[in-house]
Amino acid sequence: MIELKKTALYDLHRSLGAKAIPFAGYEMPVNYPLGIMKEHLHCRKSAGLFDVSHMGQLVISSNTQSMQLIASELEKLLPIDVLGLSEDRQRYGFLPNKEGGIIDDLMISNRGDHYFVVINASRKEIDFKYLRENISKEIDVDFIKTRALIAIQGPQSEKILSNLIGELSSLKYLDVKNFLYKGEILWVSRSGYTGQDGFEISLPNSLCELFCKNILNQDGIEPIGLGARDTLRLECGLCLYGQDLNETITPIEAGLKWAIQKVRRAGGEREGGFVGQKKILKQIDEQPYFKREAFFPDGKAPLRSGTKLFSDDKGKNEIGMITSGGYSPSLERPISMGYLNHNKFNVDEPIFGEVRNKFFSVTLTKLPFVPTSFKRN
Amino acid sequence: MKFTEEHEWLESDGDMVKVGITEYAAEQLGDIVFIELPDVGTSVTKGQEIVVIESVKAASDILAPLDGEITEINNAIVDDPSMVNNDPTGEAWFFKMSLKNQGELDGLMSEDEYKKHIE
Repeated sequence: MIELKKTALYDLHRSLGAKAIPFAGYEMPVNYPLGIMKEHLHCRKSAGLFDVSHMGQLVISSNTQSMQLIASELEKLLPIDVLGLSEDRQRYGFLPNKEGGIIDDLMISNRGDHYFVVINASRKEIDFKYLRENISKEIDVDFIKTRALIAIQGPQSEKILSNLIGELSSLKYLDVKNFLYKGEILWVSRSGYTGQDGFEISLPNSLCELFCKNILNQDGIEPIGLGARDTLRLECGLCLYGQDLNETITPIEAGLKWAIQKVRRAGGEREGGFVGQKKILKQIDEQPYFKREAFFPDGKAPLRSGTKLFSDDKGKNEIGMITSGGYSPSLERPISMGYLNHNKFNVDEPIFGEVRNKFFSVTLTKLPFVPTSFKRN
Repeated sequence: MKFTEEHEWLESDGDMVKVGITEYAAEQLGDIVFIELPDVGTSVTKGQEIVVIESVKAASDILAPLDGEITEINNAIVDDPSMVNNDPTGEAWFFKMSLKNQGELDGLMSEDEYKKHIE
């Protein structure tokens, strides 16, 4: 058996009574004694602390090349506006393959003299190798292994975090800024993956436990495990790589067209010029027949990832699959998202999910299930 | 009360036995959100998957503890699955069954044996 890696917060998770699971090669907390349901609701109502140190942190920089050149180089791999990303701003993006499928989705920040990129835990090695092989040798791609990554999410997160590091009200959604804590530099972005206001903080491993203990000493914050992280992101319709996204699904099929700025689309100033452009630009123009959709199971049974969808209750005409699904603590009902092949059925036909050889009817709905609440202004 | 290795409890109730899941099992499952019970009158054999139970996290099965027939089900836990987290060994029983061989009940674990089993 391969030994699981530990994050800088391993001891803290244990002392907090976390239930541990293996996740992307790490031993991670799935929930704490509060349990997934209460952790979820607490984060929505107040604030939650998440350890996301399993995710990959990359710094892309160069001693010889300008930031503009690095951005141009990155735009060959990312179909997003990197050149137009201002200093200390962050943006969502993805790395398409030649067929337009997604190698990984990521967050990228312009930090003035380098780009900071956060990638999925399960894709770290693949992304690093891909970037290293496809970016000019004049540009350095460095894995940051000395820093942990935590998230503080929920409506009370600004108040709680500002008690430790100072005023945060000037920081808006997707702003990035450095803060000092005990003489060490924290890289703070106003972002996260719960659909709520919140912050992600990259900080030295050596400082992480102390910092988190002091965060948890504040009123209104609870540690939240990966279980609630999953239900929180699902309610807001956010994709999970490996379930809702993979190398065979394009960003347009996944409903991520919004992340491809106009400047990179057909007719834009820097149209195309990225890996996978042929398929992706064509799909922006034509609307794909295979699309990510949202579903409400009509009954109480959750329809989870892997559930096949049919247009009949006999399992004859397969029309798609659920890629993420479960119980929504906020809505107190099951919710699912997945993909439908619109060539194989009409939208007025019923849809059934097959679980344990039984067929459960579902109703097509719209994402997100729960509205997002970012601090945009 | 008797216990199985699959974390069920069984309690004699007249000619029947009442079956539920233990506190340990309920805690391990986490917040329960969906339960599907067998139909009354179903003949079951030991080890057969007869109940579906879903927590926020995942789906699991509950196995028939012994051979017999389902005689009554507790629809209250279907309406409100969280009862199983709140009172697993009381109000939140799952079903009652008649046993094919009454004597088999004695072969199951006692409370002390079960406690050792989950240590």
